[in-house]
Amino acid sequence: MTVANLSTPRSHSPIPVEEVTEATIRLAGDSGDGMQLAGTQFMQTSAMLGNDISTLPDFPAEIRAPAGTLAGVSGFQIHFSSTEIHTPGDQLNTLVAMNPAALKSNLKDLEPGGILIVNADAFAAGDLHKAGYSVNPLQDDSLKGYRLFAVSITKLNREAVSELKLSTREADRCKNFFALGLVYWLYERSLEPTLKWIQSKFAKNPSVREANARALKAGYNYGDTTEAMPVHYRVSKAAIAPGRYRKITGNEALAIGLVAASKQANLPLVYSTYPITPASDILHQLAELKRYGVRTLQAEDEIAAIGAAIGASFAGALGVTGTSGPGICLKSEAIGLAVMTELPLVIVDVQRGGPSTGLPTKTEQADLLQAMFGRNGECPACILAPCSPSDCFHIAFEAVRLAVGFMTPVFVLSDGYLANGAEPWPIPDPAKLPQIPVRFAQAHVGGNGTSNGNGETVFHPYERDARLVRPWAVPGTPGLEHRIGGLEKEDVTGNVSYDPANHEHMIRTRAQKIANIANDIPELSVVGPAEGDVLVLGWGGTYGSIVTACQRAQRKGLKVAHAHLRYLNPMPRNTGEVLKRYRKVLIPELNGGQLRMLIRATHLIDAIGLNKIQGKPFLVGEIEAKIAEVLKY
Amino acid sequence: MSTLTALHTLSPKELASDQEIRWCPGCGDYSILAQMKKALAGLDIPREKFVFISGIGCSSRFPYYMNTYGFHTIHGRAPAIATGVKLARPDLSVWVITGDGDGLSIGGNHLIHAIRRNMDLKIILFNNEIYGLTKGQYSPTSRIGTRTKSSPLGSIDTPLRPISLALGADATFVARTIDIDIHHLTETLKRAAAHKGTAFVEVYQNCKIFNDGVFEYATDKSVKADHVLPLQHGRPLVFGKDQNKGIRLHGLNPEVVDLGNGIAKDDLLVHDEKADEPSLAYLLSRMVHPEFPECIGVFRAVERPTYEHVLNHQMEETIASRGAGKLEDLFASDETWIVE
Ligand SMILES: Cc1ncc(C[n+]2csc(CCOP(=O)(O)OP(=O)(O)O)c2C)c(N)n1
Ligand code: SF4
Ligand SMILES: [Mg+2]
Repeated sequence: MTVANLSTPRSHSPIPVEEVTEATIRLAGDSGDGMQLAGTQFMQTSAMLGNDISTLPDFPAEIRAPAGTLAGVSGFQIHFSSTEIHTPGDQLNTLVAMNPAALKSNLKDLEPGGILIVNADAFAAGDLHKAGYSVNPLQDDSLKGYRLFAVSITKLNREAVSELKLSTREADRCKNFFALGLVYWLYERSLEPTLKWIQSKFAKNPSVREANARALKAGYNYGDTTEAMPVHYRVSKAAIAPGRYRKITGNEALAIGLVAASKQANLPLVYSTYPITPASDILHQLAELKRYGVRTLQAEDEIAAIGAAIGASFAGALGVTGTSGPGICLKSEAIGLAVMTELPLVIVDVQRGGPSTGLPTKTEQADLLQAMFGRNGECPACILAPCSPSDCFHIAFEAVRLAVGFMTPVFVLSDGYLANGAEPWPIPDPAKLPQIPVRFAQAHVGGNGTSNGNGETVFHPYERDARLVRPWAVPGTPGLEHRIGGLEKEDVTGNVSYDPANHEHMIRTRAQKIANIANDIPELSVVGPAEGDVLVLGWGGTYGSIVTACQRAQRKGLKVAHAHLRYLNPMPRNTGEVLKRYRKVLIPELNGGQLRMLIRATHLIDAIGLNKIQGKPFLVGEIEAKIAEVLKY
Repeated sequence: MSTLTALHTLSPKELASDQEIRWCPGCGDYSILAQMKKALAGLDIPREKFVFISGIGCSSRFPYYMNTYGFHTIHGRAPAIATGVKLARPDLSVWVITGDGDGLSIGGNHLIHAIRRNMDLKIILFNNEIYGLTKGQYSPTSRIGTRTKSSPLGSIDTPLRPISLALGADATFVARTIDIDIHHLTETLKRAAAHKGTAFVEVYQNCKIFNDGVFEYATDKSVKADHVLPLQHGRPLVFGKDQNKGIRLHGLNPEVVDLGNGIAKDDLLVHDEKADEPSLAYLLSRMVHPEFPECIGVFRAVERPTYEHVLNHQMEETIASRGAGKLEDLFASDETWIVE
């Protein structure tokens, strides 16, 4: 733990400070410019200063697209506030553009009159050409609607580190810290956390360490002493519940949630996966956690990955596999096997833009129907979806509880936005986490089974309890030797059966077992009026935008309520009843209307869709506008 | 029941499940099942520790007939599922049963990777050079020209040689045996069981219905001694009814020679299953009827740490150096701050 209460630095300059409740900034540059790193530092510092934060990293799928081109632009957006916030912000108050390409692709998001900081040294003819500018935008009046600050970032940064005798290339690598320092000044941020981070990150490389620290300070001092900018801003602490916090991304929360659940279930975690954006970070996190009893397998493909997870579960461990949409396609047949053999399994799908390879680094919610129906035969599985980065922790925990509690595969539908987005997380007390009960079948199960030819009792792997859950009988247990597989099972004995009536009975039983989960999950709660004109029904990562839009509508006195589905199959038992209390149901989704199709089909409600499929999260304004439109119907 | 299984030696009968066997009469699979039960019964491993995992195919029905833990999975994926079982429970004796289609066509990728990882798995590939369960299409091991429903004018793709493939994937144990050579089969299975690491065994298996007799040259008592060369570690490669033929190295290629007339056993290749480099074993795997006798027995048996052993070692080491992980540390594994 570090800083308890960071002070914001005292400035000596006469430049006035303006108090604002919130701000949204974006650092944009070439993917080699270190914008993700600078943005992460800004986020971390702001969180430590006591702001509420929400972030949106945006990077290209190519690791290094040709430098200076539009394809190579990488950005990191941070919304920080003295009040509670749920989204990374609709519009930018400040944009930092390290080159013309970054300017070109990000300018549209900057508010009129917003602050625009550009690296003036990166606007030579060649740079302009690569970004498709025929005229230098710094020299015509195309930017006159903004407060433009053209700063010689490259040159000033080189000067700042000149004593260190670095190569030009090495010196230029620090310019993201120069820009960061300037933005720190602009928003009165302390340099302390980042300086500390630089110390430990580059501990083994003194000259790089020193260069980055100097660059950061030089950027800050540039703002403080040159009076280039006429004003700077203060965003005070938010009234956040007392406690200990850290920042957390969705992928971090998922990894931590899985480990916590495995501890609370007292099961070793086997995470088996094949690298894919944006899910790979879960593997990277878990691979580090061997001392928590976590085993990871980087399998040869997604099919092997889920296969090994199923095998681990069969053998009594907690089998988890993680991927993105294309990987789910490959796993489909094996998911069917897990449904048929009724083994616990958690399948994480960090959704990205599809179909096919689609938009690997962009977000989308288009795998819901794939999770519901994307298998041969009638093949029901449980589906959950986290609604914020930190909710990934709770949903991962829930997924494990339901998987082992109901002997079933459970999908976790995260998405690229949640996976990489971050927010402050009140660190839970491990002692207060619930236990996850696991009951393995014991060596002598009285009454279960018939006699075989050797006079031994044969174990019946498909003898169910009242909730229709079959026993988990683990290899190595004497007396429970049994065979399972993908062929249809005879009820109770689990022997292969082609009997028509048995098949129908088993199909219905598997479906009913999943339906029974509804008795074990919370009801759908509504925020806003208990009945009224519009219910905005969301699911998954759109929570932040929807909740903000609904709050604004409610503040205007409109009869608009919000309900968010974190359990999608089965849905909470009161879902139908909730939907019927409103004149209109609006379902915003980052897809063509998948939840809407399910709601219409199961509840015969003519829900209205708001559908955006651009690889980006909803802006709050988009949902607000749709609510206003629906109210007129 | 634990006393029943742990303290007395298992009999083959106790390894038989109560399920009716549904292979065609005369199928080679029957013999493999019988020899498997015999081999396992002698191992001193309690019954509950055995797990049989298979894919899809006639051969892959095998687990249903063993009174052990069993998992009849999906087509080609058995090595992957077995990998997970072994990751979770390194103490179990895990057997993969696969076919030439299951293991080399749809599941070829998993087979290669399981082998290269050297998980402690026993992979038994029933090679009948045909797709049995789907009623007789040619398979990746079918000889060129094999006429089937899907290759009416004869198959045209070059067959895979399972042993060559396993050696290419750096298998630590590679063997071949024949369904009805029951003594050789039992001994080979026992040796596979004793190996620490992936043991890959190809079994020539006769499909009575769709490919009857493809291995007749290797099973017919009147000719097999001239067509099969049983490998023995440290012994020269001699074969033939009268033990008068051998394999000699000519440059980089093997050649069949007649002993006598100035050619002595000393001139022949000597089998070394423990050689570090698998090159000679590979050469043997390329010897194909009718130009050469086909080798049976252990091609390669070397030691290399198993995947699960190294993984567990890594886990133990980090726990020893950094302590067992506690949730409170994990939760606070990033910068934290206090809000008052
Ligand atoms: C995904 C999938 N594709 C195809 C099949 C059909 N299929 C079942 S078994 C088989 C071939 C089996 O051949 P082999 O592994 O040689 O087994 P054998 O029956 O000869 O023992 C095929 C193609 C299937 N079950 N699953
Ligand atoms: S089809 Fe061939 S392999 Fe399959 S059971 Fe019959 S004989 Fe055996
Ligand atoms: Mg076959």
